[in-house]
Amino acid sequence: MNIARRMRGLALALVFLFSSAIPAWADAPVIAGAADLKFALEEIAAAFMEDTGREVNLVLGSSGNLYRQIGQGAPFRMFLSADEGFVFKLADAGKTVDRGVLYAVGRIVILVPHGSPLKADGKLNDLAAALTDGRLGKFAIANPEHAPYGKRAEEALKNAGLWEKIKDRLVLGENVSQAAQFATSGGTQGGIVAYSLALAPAVARLGSFALIPDSWHEPLRQRMVLLKGADETTLAFYRYMQQPTARAIMKRYGFLLPGER
Amino acid sequence: MDWTALVLSLELATATMVVLLPIGVWAGRKLAWSRFRGKALVEASLALPLVLPPTVLGFYLLVAMGGATPLGRWYESLFGHQLTFSFQGLLVASLIFNLPFAVQPMQRAFEAIAPEVREAALCCGMSRLRILRRIELPLAWPGILSAMVLIFAHTLGEFGVVLMVGGSIPGKTRTIAIAIYDRVQAFDTTGAGIMSATLLVISMLAIGLSYLISAPGGIRRHD
Repeated sequence: MNIARRMRGLALALVFLFSSAIPAWADAPVIAGAADLKFALEEIAAAFMEDTGREVNLVLGSSGNLYRQIGQGAPFRMFLSADEGFVFKLADAGKTVDRGVLYAVGRIVILVPHGSPLKADGKLNDLAAALTDGRLGKFAIANPEHAPYGKRAEEALKNAGLWEKIKDRLVLGENVSQAAQFATSGGTQGGIVAYSLALAPAVARLGSFALIPDSWHEPLRQRMVLLKGADETTLAFYRYMQQPTARAIMKRYGFLLPGER
Repeated sequence: MDWTALVLSLELATATMVVLLPIGVWAGRKLAWSRFRGKALVEASLALPLVLPPTVLGFYLLVAMGGATPLGRWYESLFGHQLTFSFQGLLVASLIFNLPFAVQPMQRAFEAIAPEVREAALCCGMSRLRILRRIELPLAWPGILSAMVLIFAHTLGEFGVVLMVGGSIPGKTRTIAIAIYDRVQAFDTTGAGIMSATLLVISMLAIGLSYLISAPGGIRRHD
């Protein structure tokens, strides 16, 4: 056996394996969405695919992180933020086609897993009681530094006068979806997460939840925008988001839509 | 199960292996047989990725490869797209991160070749290329192969760097390790479980293979 020949064969095989997959890189446009849209946006993308035969790739994360990545040149074609402030900042920086459009207003809930000593009480009275009587170990919210839902959770906790007491008990999710995962995983007694996530069947079966009054925090005005370089499919998806099919899905996930109420 | 992510990870691991193979052989031989000033320094720098936190490397790459830096601009003018948030960016990160895994096993393997053997070959009038092909590589191949296995397995598991410079784009930068993280966040424990089990099996095979190669009385070459 000649080792050199065998090595050459191996190298050729590897090069072939590697090059055969290259065309797969360039296809569907990538759309960045806030993590509270996890389930809703996946459903809308599937409906979009069915109606138009076109595909979009979704990347979900905290709006602040996605905003940073877009600023650093991430190849996203559209951005659905949970906080319109990030969209305006991108528009001011010249990264967007225009100033975008409001597509939903979100709500936050207190989410409590089955078997937790905590009650799902929207006015957070039971959370306050649990803090003093020692029922509360850990409590999950999204990172307020870059996740809009985390920021709103912080505001609600401050409004209830619980922030100082609960600060050391918090576990911070990188985005609100991870916060929901922390809240239901059993490692915490609960958390404050997006209403849209709590309504998703995968989450709803893990616990119970209650809406927190929306007067306790700044509104979650969610704005979407086309980014520079958006292609036709992205534009079609942008319009699709504003049409009845997508609106019905968004409504089912508890979002308040523009032009309603 | 996210097949796109698995295929992407396999591609990244393969590409890293292919690029690092000649580099590792060259650097491994050089370090094994030559003495030069600052050799210890070179060896230490090559080993640095072993102890460097992945997020630190990720941070520096993000800063260095971004669109506003000279390197980022040079790359973009050459290839028409940015290095960060692309497969090529991950490859650069992966190459740096795997350098010690390529160089160290190969260096040890070349060091183990007795100088008399090479001298004898030179005396016989063999060309240097022929010595490399017929004598050095065959003798060093267990080291080379275990380097390849380590690189492959290590790349599949890379997380911190990919998280920093990747952006989790399907088919481009969402590797299997990132996909597992994403699936857990999406409440898809089944998907995450299947993918984790897949990685566990691949890792076990890889480490088993590398032990088999290096064990005394393990695979021996007959020529």
